[in-house]
Amino acid sequence: MSASTSAWRLLLRSPVAVAGLGALGLLVVLALLGPVLVPYGANAVDVTRALQPPSGAHWFGTDDLGRDVLSRVVLAARASLQVSVVSVSIALVLGVALGLVAGYFRGWADAVAMRVVDVLFAFPVMLLAIAIVAVLGPGLTTAMIAIGIVYVPVFARVTRASVLGVREEPYVRAAVAIGAGPLRIIRTHVLPNVTAPIIVQTSLSLAFAILAEAALSFLGLGIQPPEPSWGRMLFDGKGFTGSWWMSVFPGLAIFVTVLAFNLVGDGLRDVLDPRQRSVLESRRDR
Amino acid sequence: MTPDDASTTDRPLLSVRDLSVRFPAGREGRVRRWVHAVEGVGFDVERGRTLGLVGESGSGKSTIGNALTGLVRATSGTVHLDGTDVLTARGRAARELRRRIAMVFQDPYASLDPRRSIGATIREPLDVHRLLASRAQRAARVAELLDLVGLPAQAAQRYPHELSGGQRQRVSIARALAADPDLIVLDEATASLDVSVQAQIMNLLRRLQRELGLTYLFISHDLAAVEHMSHRVVVMYLGRLMEQGERSGLYERPAHPYTQALMSAIPADDPAVERTRERILLSGELPSPVDPPSGCVFRTRCPLAIDACADHVPPVHLDVDHTAWCLRTDAALAGRAPR
Amino acid sequence: MSTTTAALAVEDLHVTIGRGARVARIVRGVSWSVQPGQTLGVVGESGSGKSMSVLAATGLAPATARVEGRAFLDGTDLLGLGPGELRRTRGRGLGFVFQDPMTSLNPLLTVERQITEGIEEHLGATRRAARTRALELLEMVGIPDAARRLEAYPHQMSGGMRQRVMIAIALACEPTMLVADEPTTALDVTTQAQILDIVRELQERIGMGVVWISHDLGVVGGLADEVVVMYGGQVLESAGVQTLHDAPAHPYTRGLLGARPRLGRLREELVAIPGAPPDPRALPGGCVFYERCPIKAERCAHEVPPLAEVAPGHLARTFCTEER
Repeated sequence: MSASTSAWRLLLRSPVAVAGLGALGLLVVLALLGPVLVPYGANAVDVTRALQPPSGAHWFGTDDLGRDVLSRVVLAARASLQVSVVSVSIALVLGVALGLVAGYFRGWADAVAMRVVDVLFAFPVMLLAIAIVAVLGPGLTTAMIAIGIVYVPVFARVTRASVLGVREEPYVRAAVAIGAGPLRIIRTHVLPNVTAPIIVQTSLSLAFAILAEAALSFLGLGIQPPEPSWGRMLFDGKGFTGSWWMSVFPGLAIFVTVLAFNLVGDGLRDVLDPRQRSVLESRRDR
Repeated sequence: MTPDDASTTDRPLLSVRDLSVRFPAGREGRVRRWVHAVEGVGFDVERGRTLGLVGESGSGKSTIGNALTGLVRATSGTVHLDGTDVLTARGRAARELRRRIAMVFQDPYASLDPRRSIGATIREPLDVHRLLASRAQRAARVAELLDLVGLPAQAAQRYPHELSGGQRQRVSIARALAADPDLIVLDEATASLDVSVQAQIMNLLRRLQRELGLTYLFISHDLAAVEHMSHRVVVMYLGRLMEQGERSGLYERPAHPYTQALMSAIPADDPAVERTRERILLSGELPSPVDPPSGCVFRTRCPLAIDACADHVPPVHLDVDHTAWCLRTDAALAGRAPR
Repeated sequence: MSTTTAALAVEDLHVTIGRGARVARIVRGVSWSVQPGQTLGVVGESGSGKSMSVLAATGLAPATARVEGRAFLDGTDLLGLGPGELRRTRGRGLGFVFQDPMTSLNPLLTVERQITEGIEEHLGATRRAARTRALELLEMVGIPDAARRLEAYPHQMSGGMRQRVMIAIALACEPTMLVADEPTTALDVTTQAQILDIVRELQERIGMGVVWISHDLGVVGGLADEVVVMYGGQVLESAGVQTLHDAPAHPYTRGLLGARPRLGRLREELVAIPGAPPDPRALPGGCVFYERCPIKAERCAHEVPPLAEVAPGHLARTFCTEER
């Protein structure tokens, strides 16, 4: 309890992590208040003003249908953030659980879990998504579940690889020797010691999830047009190389989001590690 | 209270009989191959005393410690702790044995979880075995244990990387004591510490034994440390017993050629003595534990070996409490190797 | 001990890692020298700077370390050489043996290749001549069935055999100096005894100088002519090996001798040195051993004792030479 509050305080003391948290906070605010803030509607089509470069009236320019890019970038924040966070959460929970079980118990549990993961790996993303769409119908929820399941193998493998190392550590053997059960050992000794690579993988996956959503919606399986999403906007801008603003601004939005997740992830990784924590604390003392 | 209470006083706390541990080593054709890590080992540990288990790498000494604490499974043999069968226990009984046999590991850097505070580390046996009901009681016990091993109470809030090697090994000892065990297995517990710190830890262990009546199994490659710590000593080589006896008898009159070679390998303190003394140098290399020599496993390197050593190894009782598994104890004791 | 005739001599060596408030002063003004054919034992606990002082002197300190001072190999200042020249000089003149023979050997090369590599590179020998020399070296370090062993890979050998191979590699170019950093620490005692024997014998035969770094005074005792005792980055005592055993002058050396249990000499309590070695990032103002010293003379708290001669050829960094 005291450890977690002090970790939180330390996180707030790291300028980098605070910058990341600030950017994420801003994104969340934009996502929630977007409809009230933006100057134009997401689908305010005005073909007479199509493909205009950035100007006083349209800061980020307009797209091929004359829609305001700024408004669409802001309004897309909600869907894009939601897709990335929810789908990665699904992947994280399932993948880490599988990886922990497979890596710690080895034997048949490992064999079964890893075969399941291999099968998932073998499925093309789209095929899997189409299968899920067949059951649930197209839409945001389907996209999130599909992307989530697609990323389970990555988390499972990253986790398992780290667990294989940690389970051989003398401190895990020491816990076995005092009679601790496997669940307790996984919870108190293994999981805390494999967080660093998982956090790194989470930051990476969040970015890929935004792009995966774009691919799905392009096939009509994700967010349904004309509702905006960053990935979709990036995708649509590809055909208009002269109108760079169509893809640069949604791309920038993805970049800032991913960077923010990365900064917070790095900060978290450091404050969760007692060794790094005391380095941070000693810096404060000076 | 069990009906056979009367007998508990004179039976040894730990009794190991004919213990073997084998690990699979792949196949050769149709034949399954085994690493013979420990073969037919037996010894007793008396309550309140220290048994020293000494040998080089590959001797199987650490495997025995691991078998006692459930880290490896024994292939055959029996181990009794105060009458309870250690090897066949399952479920609750096995968990209770984990409480009664505690272990301190060699590497104080690696055997403490870097992410858990010292307090949480020492408390873990109490948590696992649900020993003290309230949080306050457990915290008090941790403070008491820290004091016992000579660490300040504030150490509970620290993390392993903030302590020195010696302090960490004190933490490991405190943790081993936490659940009030009957036997503590010390597996090379001082080997990776600096000389000056080794002495601190050995003094601490002996003080704790005096004050709390602890029973130790002291596993080490260091003959001098074993002599200092133990009441009784077992010498092992390639998974087998070589010699066993009370400390004074074994160290004053080592009767097995291997024990003699081990003692001879330790450099003398005085450089003048070291440069002139006669040493027994072992030839050759440790045989493979997958395919150990027949008869006496030491015979391939023994300066006194004769043909008969390939056939059998009799236990030779040199004294009431001193046994060597060797055909050539007479020659060894005479101190001369006929070529 | 003269620098000009020495096989290897170190003068006022300093090594620091990091900067600012967290700077670690690992070696602080260390000087010693080894005459040709002589053995110097460098003894200390972990963190004493014993390994770093020798590595830094031979240009093997990690890239993050700052090294100051001078180190003469046969009269050439190694620390004044450029990288290429340093590598050539070191390759010819110095042989190294480290603690862990498994990680010091390349697992993908045969023993033969690892030995001949240096011979071809530094002596310009042909493949065939190098092979003959490799065979000769393996026989010299007591490896039975040497011709067959040439074809072996490191993982096919025991720890003791691998360390012999390391010694063979170190001696391949007939160096002036053999530098051995805890070469027997990872080995069993009976194997250690074999290795010590081989080194003793080789030294008599070849007459090279040896620096033997160890945490164990006992190991050094049978091998060294002179011993340097290091602690907290400084030399606390240096003397002939017999003098150091018979009449240690520094409380730390006496502590080290008393702390070790010894065969056949039972004591109720070992004379432990309390506390732990100092943190090189937070060294005390006075004597570096003050905190743990049994004497704790008052002036030692704020004044660093100089390394002074207590007897001819016997130096100790202490004010308390009379007290025993």
